[in-house]
Formats: sequence, structure tokens, C-alpha cells
Amino acid sequence: MSQIPQKSDTFKDREDKIIDDAINQNYKYGFVSNIEQEIIPPGLNEDVVRLISSKKNEPDWLLEWRLKSYRNWKKIVEPTWAKITYPPIDFQAISYYAAPKEKKKLGSLDEVDPELLDTYNKLGIPLDEQKMLSNVAVDAVFDSVSVATTFKKELAKHGVIFMPFSEAVQEHPDLIKKYLGMAVPPTDNFYSALNSAVFSDGSFVYIPKGVRCPMELSTYFRINASQTGQFERTLIVAEAGSHVSYLEGCTAPMRDENQLHAAVVELIAHKDANIKYSTVQNWYPGDKEGKGGIYNFVTKRGLCKEKNSKISWTQIETGSAITWKYPSVILKGNNSVGEFYSVAMTNNYQQADTGSKMIHIGKNTKSTIISKGISAGKSQNTYRGGVKIMKSAENARNFSQCDSILIGDKCGAHTFPYIDVRNPSAQMEHEATTSNIGEDQLFYCNQRGISTEDAVSMIVNGFCKEVFAELPMEFAVEAHKLMEISLEGSVG
Amino acid sequence: MKNMLEIKNLHASVEGNQILKGIDITIKPGEIHAIMGLNGSGKSTLANIISGSDNYDITKGKVHYNDKNLLDLSPEERALQGIFMSFQYPAVIPGVNNTYFLKAALNAKRKYQGKIELDAIDFMALIKDNLKMLEMDESYLRRSVNAGFSGGEKKRNEILQMITLEPKLAILDETDSGLDIDALKIIAKGVNNYRNADRAFLVITHYQRLLNYIEPDVIHVLIDGKIVKTGGKELALTLEEKGYQWLSDNSAKSAN
Repeated sequence: MSQIPQKSDTFKDREDKIIDDAINQNYKYGFVSNIEQEIIPPGLNEDVVRLISSKKNEPDWLLEWRLKSYRNWKKIVEPTWAKITYPPIDFQAISYYAAPKEKKKLGSLDEVDPELLDTYNKLGIPLDEQKMLSNVAVDAVFDSVSVATTFKKELAKHGVIFMPFSEAVQEHPDLIKKYLGMAVPPTDNFYSALNSAVFSDGSFVYIPKGVRCPMELSTYFRINASQTGQFERTLIVAEAGSHVSYLEGCTAPMRDENQLHAAVVELIAHKDANIKYSTVQNWYPGDKEGKGGIYNFVTKRGLCKEKNSKISWTQIETGSAITWKYPSVILKGNNSVGEFYSVAMTNNYQQADTGSKMIHIGKNTKSTIISKGISAGKSQNTYRGGVKIMKSAENARNFSQCDSILIGDKCGAHTFPYIDVRNPSAQMEHEATTSNIGEDQLFYCNQRGISTEDAVSMIVNGFCKEVFAELPMEFAVEAHKLMEISLEGSVG
Repeated sequence: MKNMLEIKNLHASVEGNQILKGIDITIKPGEIHAIMGLNGSGKSTLANIISGSDNYDITKGKVHYNDKNLLDLSPEERALQGIFMSFQYPAVIPGVNNTYFLKAALNAKRKYQGKIELDAIDFMALIKDNLKMLEMDESYLRRSVNAGFSGGEKKRNEILQMITLEPKLAILDETDSGLDIDALKIIAKGVNNYRNADRAFLVITHYQRLLNYIEPDVIHVLIDGKIVKTGGKELALTLEEKGYQWLSDNSAKSAN
């Protein structure tokens, strides 16, 4: 324990260095890897759904589930209530499956295509277990397919399952069948229905009863192919009394076209279980004129299924041309707890409409929403949140805080809180603030020798501190660094 | 000896209102100058212009610092070259703690001077000595910059920053306003310990009280954008006795 102060000093220095490195950088993950890929032609119909299912060698029940989802999707109208504008998406112009060509089934990391390993090295995610951040297991998803999962053996010792979704379908079909769609049914919304029909891969996590997962679990998503959509599906199940912390990261090449990403994440927490899910979202945001970038339409929901369970979402959203996501918690178990901590940063022409939903069903359920929006350039940043207290939710409590900061005078910040209380014992608190980075703050920093650019990042990081504090340490540094890059050029 | 700061015939306005109407001040290293005057006389405008605020239009005159045209430099460049202002109303920066802020400022300066940046351990050693001198509690370092600070705490914080950043020219803009006598003494001690032959101060104040503790070499009296009288430290006592009215009457007469 005596090592700890030492560690935090090096952390601080490392943090400073990273900040220095980050200044004057643009989106640095924009390269394209030259890897032989199998891509199916654009278009979506039942045959495409069947083709995806057969490529994955799926059982019949799953194919049926996909087809049912597809038929549902056709009936659902694309949502238009979000405060975002974009030209209509032609869903027939997208390819729904792309995968690095595999010569054979991989036995170990040594057999992974060196070009792929190189891609992840460039992204700063070495898949070599020796070189990795200790205590973080990684599943790497490249376009539609998981290419490598590290520390599998170590995790297996504790009974923890962490593997590509498609593998889990083969190896643990009962678990998948039991939990798939439990938090986000295929009928839920337009994009989740689409995902349910065509999802390609993703991660599956299962933490057995009473196990505290011995390391951070992480999935790293990479879109590489052009003209494709990415539709991954993540499912995390925490049995009674278990704990897990999971992180996802994502990047994509710089392309002029807009690419669609429509993922679904489901979390299931049993009695006394605790799931912490962190996201550092850095999809390509498009260029300074708003050309290109990822359309990120994502459905994330957790189910606190039984009593005393807890689900906590933390998200750092800096990328994507459009972000549309509302990580939510259904608080079904008595005394269950839901949390949402968010930093959404938009610059140039980015648009974000993001927030959370907390649905209180059980007694004494408690939820917290802390949202920090930062708008710069000509971007639009919207917080949209819903808190619903059902009749059954005796003594429910919610605290929501939505703060926005504006940099410059051409961007927008918007807040849409929806509150629906059906039980009079509920205690609700809502706070919201909007502020500019003040001229007086900048002058004060300048007068102490701190440049305007450093001052802005210092003020923004201070503004986001409560949320960064929720991230695992390694990722807090990553988040800090990302903010620097995203703020690039936001002050003239 | 060479002049450190040379202000000549400085005129400045805000949104068309003329605030400074021809200021001449020359400060040499080692000197303490005081500027006294009522509210609205232009004292803070002068301090802000020297520090580099862009809220003013400089319509005439020049300001030289170590023989360079100060008005060409950005505020951070001026700070890095040794100009420090203790603000009358320091800005609040929520979420950024004092340690982080002050370390960033100090290291920006050290980097500019080609010195090695201080790591957390050396920085803490330095800051702890300075805190002790100003009788400040260490818990202060963990608090956000000026957030929830009392008036006295804010002023002490400014002086802490001053002695940590070691400027060549320190401007104290109404550092005494709102302070009780004990706080005033502590701040004066900070300034006096810090006096030396290379360093100059420009102390801006309403009242003679502060000048009992920080003894100036020169006092300028500013009324309505002009220096109407310059004298030694005894001028403060005369002002205390007769008030500013005496000089306004004088200046009105001489103008006629």
C-alpha cells in the first residue's frame, strides 16, 4: 500500500505528458488497414439475415429470432424526435457484414494476422498479453468480427466467461438463449430491431455467483471497411453477488462517407450483483466542414433484475458525427441502484442527443444522473433524460444534474428532462446549469502565464471531473487525452 | 539605473468613454509605487492595461517594459516575462484545484525560462513553505481555484501565487479591500519579505491604511484619469487628513 502515493505521482506526470503530446493532434486513428476482407454486397432482406446467420453457423432458434426482429424492424418507423438532422439513410446501400478473411480457426494470438495485430498496436491496444496494461482483458472486434480475446485462461480459472458473442452462441447457447433480448427486446426501437436482425459480433460476459471479476474487461471496436455498417451486440450477465467492471472503446478511419453504427448493449444484474460499464467513444467525428463521420445510433440498457443490484454507466462521448444514445437502467429489484455519468463533447459540426432513462419499479430504488455537455464550434449538444417512478416504486429517489458549457457563440446546448412520477413517496431532485467559459477565467489564466488553449482544457477537465472520477484509472488518462484532441481548434 | 516600466501619455477608453487621459509613470527595479484614488478614477483600468486585458482601447501613448513595447505582447507573454497582477476580483475556476492551477502556471513559466519543470514532489515542498509564510492551511491546495473563498482567502491566494511565481513587476490591485487588519498584516509581510533590488511593485489602493505596512517610495494620486500629484510616502498621510477633495479642488483650479 505504501506504493500508492508514488503511483499517483507518476500518474500525474504521465497525465501531463499525454496532455502535452495530445496538443496539436487531430484525429489520429483515421488510418485504414490493408487487410483482405470478406464483405457481402450492400442491401438488406431476409436472405441477407439468413446469410449472416449461416456464416456464423447459428442454431435455428437464433435465425428465427433474427428474422422476427427483421420483420419487426420493417414495421417500425425511424425515430425523428431527437434534435439531430441528417440526410435520410439508405439502408439498402449498406453492407451488413464485413470480416477479415480467416484462413482457419485461431488457436492462439500467435495465429492472428500480423497486419491486424499491427492495427491494434497503432491504436495503442497491444493484444500481446505481456505488453498489455496489466489487469485488463481485451476483446478486439474488427469490423463485424472479434479477432482476439486476451487473458481467457486466467479468467476461466475464476469461472468468468469473456468471449466473442458468436463463440458464446456455440459454446454457451443456453445462457445466450436465456438472456438475449431480456433488457432490450427486438421490438424495442428502430435501431435495436435492426441490430437484432443483423448483429455480427460483440462480446459476451458471464460472471458466476459470488465472483469478483479479477480484472477489468474491455472490448475494443474498430470499423475498417468502407460502406459497411457495424452492428455489434454486447451481453453481460452478473450472477448473484458478483462484480464486474467493463470498458469499451471505439475508433474508425477517416472517410468522406457517413457510416452507420447501431449497437445494442444489455446488462443483467442479479441479486446483490454490481456491473460498472464504461465507454470511451471516439468514432471518427467527420472533418472540420462536417463531412463524413460515424452515425452512432446505440441502444444500451441494464436490468437490475433482483434486489440490491447495481448498474452504473459511465460514458465519455467525443467522437461520431451524430450520437443518439440513452444508456438506461430498469430498477426492478427492491433497493436496486442505477447510475449514469456522462461527458458529451461536440465540436465543429458534430451533433449529440444523449442522456439516460431510469425506470423505477422496485421499492427503495435509487438513481443518479450526472451529465456534462461541452459544445464548441458549430455543434449541437442535447441532454435528453427520462426518469419514471412507477406506482410500485415506494420511496424511490432520483438525483439528476445536467450541466452544459459553451465554447464560442455558434454552438448550442439543449436540455430535455422528462419526469413521470406515479408514486407520491418519490423524492426527485433536478439541477441544471449552462455557462460559457468566461473571458474573466481565460484572462486570469493568461495573466498567470497559461495559454488560452491550456486554460480551456484545464477548465473543461475541471468541469468534467466528477465523471472522470468514475472511470478506471487507465481510462481516465485516455479520456483526458481525448478531450484535448476534441477541443483542438475550438478557441480562435 | 534602467527603467523597468515606462508609461508615457497613456490614453485609454472603453466603448468610447475616455478613462485614462494621459498617464506618465516610470518605475525602476526595487521601487514600490502606490497609486491612490477614488473609485472610478481609472486605477484598475491602468492595472488591467499593463496586464494585457483587451477590454480597453488604447487611443494614445506608450507603455514600455524593459525597453520593449509592452502593448505588443499577449497577456501570457507579459506574465511569462515577469508581470503579475493580484486581481481585485480573482476569477473562480470550479473543478480545478489550486495545486493543479499553480503548478501549471509555475511550469509554464519555468518552461519559458528554459528551466526544468518541477515534479509534484518538488512543487509541494516549495508551496508548503509559501503556505506557512502566509499562514494558510494545506487543505486550501485541494480546493478549487477561488471557489467558495472568502474575500480574505482570495487575496491571500493571490499573494501566494505571487510569491510562488516570482514576478519582476507585481501589481496589487486593491489587495487591501475587504481585509481585516490581521489579514492585511499577513499580506504585507508576504510582500515585504519578497522585496528586493530587482523587483518592483505597483500598489493600487483607496486607503492609506495598506501603506502603513507596505511602505512606498513614490505615491501617485489619480483623479479622473490623470495623475494630479506625485510625491513621497508622506503624501499618503496628507491625503488621509485632507481627503481627495483637496486635490480635486486644486486640479479644478489649475485647469481653470
